[in-house]
Amino acid sequence: MIQKAFARALGSLGYDMPEDLNWAVGGEAGDGIDSTGKIFAQALSRAGRHVFTSKDFASRIRGGYTAYKIRSSTERIESVVDRLDVLIALTERTVEENTDELHDDSVIIYDGERTMMEDFEAPGEMTALSVPLQRLAEDAGGAIMQNVVALGTACAVCGFDVSYLDESLEKRFGGKGSSIVANNKQAARAGRDFVAEEVEATFPYDIDTTDSDYVLLNGDEAIGMGAIAAGCRFYAGYPITPATNVMEYLKSRVEGFGGHVVQAEDELSAINMALGAARAGARSMTATSGPGIDLMAETFGLIATTETPLVICDVMRSGPSTGMPTKQEQGDLDMLLHGGHGEIPRIVVGATTIAECFHRTIEAFNLAEKYQTPVYLVADLALSVTEQTYPPEEFDMGAVEIDRGNLLQGEDIEEWTNESDQFTPHAATEDGISPRTIPGTAGGAHMTTGLEHDELGRRTEDTDIRVEQVDKRQRKVETAIEREEWTAREFGDGDADVLVLSWGSNEGAIREAMDRLEAEGTSIRLLSVPYLSPRPDLTAAIEEAEEVIVVECNATGQFADVIEHDVLARVKRINKYNGVRFDADGLATRITEAIGSDGGSGDSSDGSDERNEASDAETEQEITT
Amino acid sequence: MSSEVRFTDFKSDAQPTWCPGCGDFGTMNGMMKALANSGNHPDDTFIVAGIGCSGKIGTYMHSYALHGVHGRALPLGIGVKAANPDLEVMVAGGDGDGYSIGAGHFVHAVRRNLDMTYVVMDNRIYGLTKGQFSPTSREDFETATSPEGPQQSPVNPLALALASGATFIGQTFSSDAQRHTEVVKQAIEHDGFGFVNVYSPCVTFNDVDTYDYFRESLVDLGEEEGYDRTDDEAAIERIMDAEKEHQGVIYQDPDSVSYGDEHGLENSMADIPEGAPEGATDLVREFY
Repeated sequence: MIQKAFARALGSLGYDMPEDLNWAVGGEAGDGIDSTGKIFAQALSRAGRHVFTSKDFASRIRGGYTAYKIRSSTERIESVVDRLDVLIALTERTVEENTDELHDDSVIIYDGERTMMEDFEAPGEMTALSVPLQRLAEDAGGAIMQNVVALGTACAVCGFDVSYLDESLEKRFGGKGSSIVANNKQAARAGRDFVAEEVEATFPYDIDTTDSDYVLLNGDEAIGMGAIAAGCRFYAGYPITPATNVMEYLKSRVEGFGGHVVQAEDELSAINMALGAARAGARSMTATSGPGIDLMAETFGLIATTETPLVICDVMRSGPSTGMPTKQEQGDLDMLLHGGHGEIPRIVVGATTIAECFHRTIEAFNLAEKYQTPVYLVADLALSVTEQTYPPEEFDMGAVEIDRGNLLQGEDIEEWTNESDQFTPHAATEDGISPRTIPGTAGGAHMTTGLEHDELGRRTEDTDIRVEQVDKRQRKVETAIEREEWTAREFGDGDADVLVLSWGSNEGAIREAMDRLEAEGTSIRLLSVPYLSPRPDLTAAIEEAEEVIVVECNATGQFADVIEHDVLARVKRINKYNGVRFDADGLATRITEAIGSDGGSGDSSDGSDERNEASDAETEQEITT
Repeated sequence: MSSEVRFTDFKSDAQPTWCPGCGDFGTMNGMMKALANSGNHPDDTFIVAGIGCSGKIGTYMHSYALHGVHGRALPLGIGVKAANPDLEVMVAGGDGDGYSIGAGHFVHAVRRNLDMTYVVMDNRIYGLTKGQFSPTSREDFETATSPEGPQQSPVNPLALALASGATFIGQTFSSDAQRHTEVVKQAIEHDGFGFVNVYSPCVTFNDVDTYDYFRESLVDLGEEEGYDRTDDEAAIERIMDAEKEHQGVIYQDPDSVSYGDEHGLENSMADIPEGAPEGATDLVREFY
């Protein structure tokens, strides 16, 4: 593969590949793959190692295959790579699915006593380590623990103390009683001991541990935690991959902070419940994915017209229609920026990393209340299913600031009542931001409506008032542009000739690709853009650069279109829409290719090798709407 | 409770644009009286209105109010009530809003049983769009979109409510002001979802379900000796009786526990600290 060749080329240039371990467990859906992987990821995190996980749901061959992959290092990592060092294969297909990523030093752990694996032979020079997982699990108390036996074996293969598994086993099985926990710990040790006692081979892996303390979380959890930190008390949602984890996180947690979660009957209901709660004064949100945003579009206009603060989170997945529900895509930008009938002033903020999921959520709640406007909070599947380590200080609750905007209490209300003692919730102020009262506030009673209305919130078709109200709502966005810092996240060499622009989860893979390119002698400046509307003014940065490349996970280059429109200049595009996130290796290659290309919109190839694989494949029919 | 509140305190200074003689005048007056009579104050009351002639009600009443998009009034009301249980929440809509575009929400609002009131102004016609059949129109009711009648069974909203697990089902007639007010007041006081279907005649587009028709055909369960509103079988019998129209409280579950009580919703969610809430750091520790 090109990427492999490129990696070798880097190696010959004296560039050190990161000392990372790439580990996976794979099998059929229902084999407990996720929880097995999570236990190992937590153990690595507790051992002071950084972890970055990814999930293979769908298959290139046929449905049913699933894998949990972990990249781990003592150094910070932000991306996946296409290399697999240690693989627990519960099925032969798991190996077939990952042939491209396995190499001569790879170790495959499998159970050769199971009939489905008895004829298995490892490809190439790699080590096939047959361990009687099921038999050892039965000896330890039950066949169900065979995955834990495999984890013990994996520890031995990696030179990783099996006791690091104990804490995560306690976390996973603690609720089932101490004997279950003890059996699992025993099962892990049986898997380890088998290697010491029965296996003559030695393995090239001996991973380091550190004293660092890390937390391990995914993007949906970071959004949920950010929401609670920001004072969100009401959440209504309808289950949809990959946003459901936001709701599952909040359920059983937000109640402890005086909040509540409603699983609504559909997305129409969810957003309207969230809006009702916001009218009652609660910080309120809903989260969904593209199909849900479609359904919510009408109410989005109502939220904007009634000037209600509300956070609507879109965790994007592959579309259109039901698309590929468990696959990555950044295809909703056009809809988020322009969706809905009529002209709807809005704020659109996007997370670029898992930590940013937390920070931008808090910011979204403040922006919503300061400007009394709906805020789209954008994440994508790659963020939501990835678990990543961070120092706990990254989520500093002491630094959280709450700004509720122009929320009136007591005497201030008089200032905003007319001669008939009526409160004016849509007063056409200079900055566009009206006074706001919440129900229960004496003297603040008012109505509002999705009909065009006057300052009292009552329907009008008066032509002057119509213009006044449209202008005042639009003016709020102009005020926000003036008052807030709409900056991009900058990485790399600020003086580089090559400028890469991105939004969403691509940031990590681009940064790692940049490290490789830097070692090769190519400097890059990256602007990772969290503010999608309003946006940072990128005119100067684009004019200064010789090459501008926009990286995004969609087919048409929606962000690139926006940038071209903003700065009236052409950009190069790197797009990916086969359902798989960017990885650092592949991206480094494609950036190199793009720099050398003739330029012009749409010229850069979009990884057709990967695209063909995807289109040839029979993808998993997991319909999760 | 404040005895000084008069029903006119719930009236705004906006002039209704309903047709002269519209049933919605009576329906709204009864709602305002019921709110005042049950000790509510406009500053602590939230009216949610759907789309249709009925949806104009938020403008003509004085309280906190939200006029939403078509069919979504109930989810709005649920959000308001969940976020602040101290508010008196009353949702008003029409038969199109509640039983057609919003029918799905009706089923789920009923079964959730929040302590709120839902008043449906049922005129068996789409009036605001100038006369098309509605989900409660008779099978042979001729309109521009049903020249030979809809030729489909009308929705029986009371049966739909009962099948969805309703804890309070009332039906009234807008022109019987006293009974309408009484039943809506009982719906307000009910600990759960107080549903009242109000026959609210359209004088412009419906010449079948008229004031005269309802006056002649309505049987008042309040006057029927021995009618036990807590007897669900008696309620089913009345609700499924195609020959008669009933008014009064048709069914009430005496053991109703509202959603808020079931889920421990006690306080307004509007008050939050100026920083992250106490205990938020424990959320980070969970991820070790």
